[in-house]
Amino acid sequence: MSIDTKTAAHVAKLARIRVDEDDLPALADEFNTILGFIEQLQEVDVEGVEPMTGVTPMRLKRRDDVVTDGNQTDKVLSNAPDAREGFFAVPKVVE
Amino acid sequence: MSEPNSLTIAAARDALRKGETTSVALTEACLAAGEAGGKLNAFVHPTPDLALEQAKAADARIASGEAPSMCGIPLGIKDLFCTKGVPSQAASRILTGFRPEYESTVTRQLFESGAVMLGKLNMDEFAMGSSNETSVYGDAINPWRRGNDETALTPGGSSGGSAAAVSADLCLAATGTDTGGSIRQPAAFTGITGLKPTYGRCSRWGIVAFASSLDQAGPMTKDVRDAAIMLQAMAGHDPLDSTSADMPVPDFEAMLTGDIRGKVIGIPDEYRIDGMPDEIAKLWAEGRAMLEDAGAEIRDISLPHTKYALPAYYVIAPAEASSNLARYDGVRFGHRASLAQGDGVTEMYEKTRAEGFGDEVKRRVMVGTYVLSAGFYDAYYNRARKVRTLIKRDFDEAFASGVDAILTPATPSAAFPLGQMEDADPVAMYLNDVFTVTVNLAGLPGVSVPTGLDRSGLPLGLQLIGRPFEEGDLLNVAHTLERAAGFVSKPEKWW
Repeated sequence: MSIDTKTAAHVAKLARIRVDEDDLPALADEFNTILGFIEQLQEVDVEGVEPMTGVTPMRLKRRDDVVTDGNQTDKVLSNAPDAREGFFAVPKVVE
Repeated sequence: MSEPNSLTIAAARDALRKGETTSVALTEACLAAGEAGGKLNAFVHPTPDLALEQAKAADARIASGEAPSMCGIPLGIKDLFCTKGVPSQAASRILTGFRPEYESTVTRQLFESGAVMLGKLNMDEFAMGSSNETSVYGDAINPWRRGNDETALTPGGSSGGSAAAVSADLCLAATGTDTGGSIRQPAAFTGITGLKPTYGRCSRWGIVAFASSLDQAGPMTKDVRDAAIMLQAMAGHDPLDSTSADMPVPDFEAMLTGDIRGKVIGIPDEYRIDGMPDEIAKLWAEGRAMLEDAGAEIRDISLPHTKYALPAYYVIAPAEASSNLARYDGVRFGHRASLAQGDGVTEMYEKTRAEGFGDEVKRRVMVGTYVLSAGFYDAYYNRARKVRTLIKRDFDEAFASGVDAILTPATPSAAFPLGQMEDADPVAMYLNDVFTVTVNLAGLPGVSVPTGLDRSGLPLGLQLIGRPFEEGDLLNVAHTLERAAGFVSKPEKWW
């Protein structure tokens, strides 16, 4: 299947990456090259094969459901581009 | 004694214990070499003050007689590892200014064992690349050249800075990470040893995530013994990474007996790819003969789904990357785009990510988004995960039939000129990982060992693949191969 500029724009939107209109045809071309390469997977007989979820057979560990960390607001916010009064600050999201 | 910065970890450890040198002396020699090696663009955030402080503490600990092997050893750390208070930006613009408030488990364990950090090393952005050309810091340069030809060559990627630094003796060893070949390919391109441990052997906690089901940290060292010593300090279960294996960590160095008599070495037919250069085929045949001479039984084997490893990888890795990299939103850390009047939160995300990510990262995030999107999830992502099951099954069957290790070339070529792939399509660059990527998909340990030079004098490496969690046996085979090959060449210093 082939990706057109409309699909490329949609994917960019889903990925939350701004792409200029002028750059969409080149992006669509690159997608098509990569997807053409991936297309080989259709040749493989995967009938009855389980999709891999984890490469090492192991049971995930459990621990008691207790608080193990916290009260580090300053550290959590120390790298934020904009933090105010103990919160991350973002542009207005609700009118 | 040779120049302190050119020592192996083992030689430095022995000299430290005998009192023939100090960690401060080793560290100062490496810092001086690092400064003189600026043209290689390997160290991107040097930490000399921290290094000397750690070295002094290491000397005190060695004097007390209670020092593990890594105590006092100066290392370079790939920029992908979060190091407390030290810039850690995965070679990406989007993490500009990020200074973690925490230490990755691997670096914490190394520092607790007394290792010294000289600084952070260059790499491909978010470890996505095979030539170190996607870095926000610019290209790292391979210390090797083609004879007198001054063409700048790639050190490989993504751990290109680590490979260049170890090869040029700017440090004794370095950390790397490997998602599709990012330790083994640069090691082969620079004539050093690179080990990707079994998935789960080293904790991924605090390492900037690329593809979480494939990522694994490992040592990049001057020889196999050093890889064994350094892995020992890096490995172990970590409650902060639920995929890290709760298994004992053996004494890997003690397993380097040099005796591989009776071991079965598999040679997979599917790795004889079309157009394989004669020099690579010859190197591979020589490696086979060396292991046979050492008493191993050589067996031709088949790994029938090999051909589908790269396409499966280029579904799974971008899919996981698109999820992992969703966290770079301009809110919690790193870069935020300046916004226009009236821009809302969506514009903030879109502009921040457009400015902060490089082209290759954007491409992979978007490919990942596409293969996970409604309508394509089954056709691409689920199918790739089924193929991954088949790739692992190929290896399981080979090991079940009695194969102890598998010998393959590490890379399809020697190091290539920087800029050579600029106009090539992205898939051409992906082919660099053709021999290494299967190992990540199957979660196995793999090691690249330098065994020869090509006709222009560039190093070439062979790869050995082992059974899961049997890095000790794997390194013993690698050690035997290393001794038989007797690779001692070093790049001629031009920097």
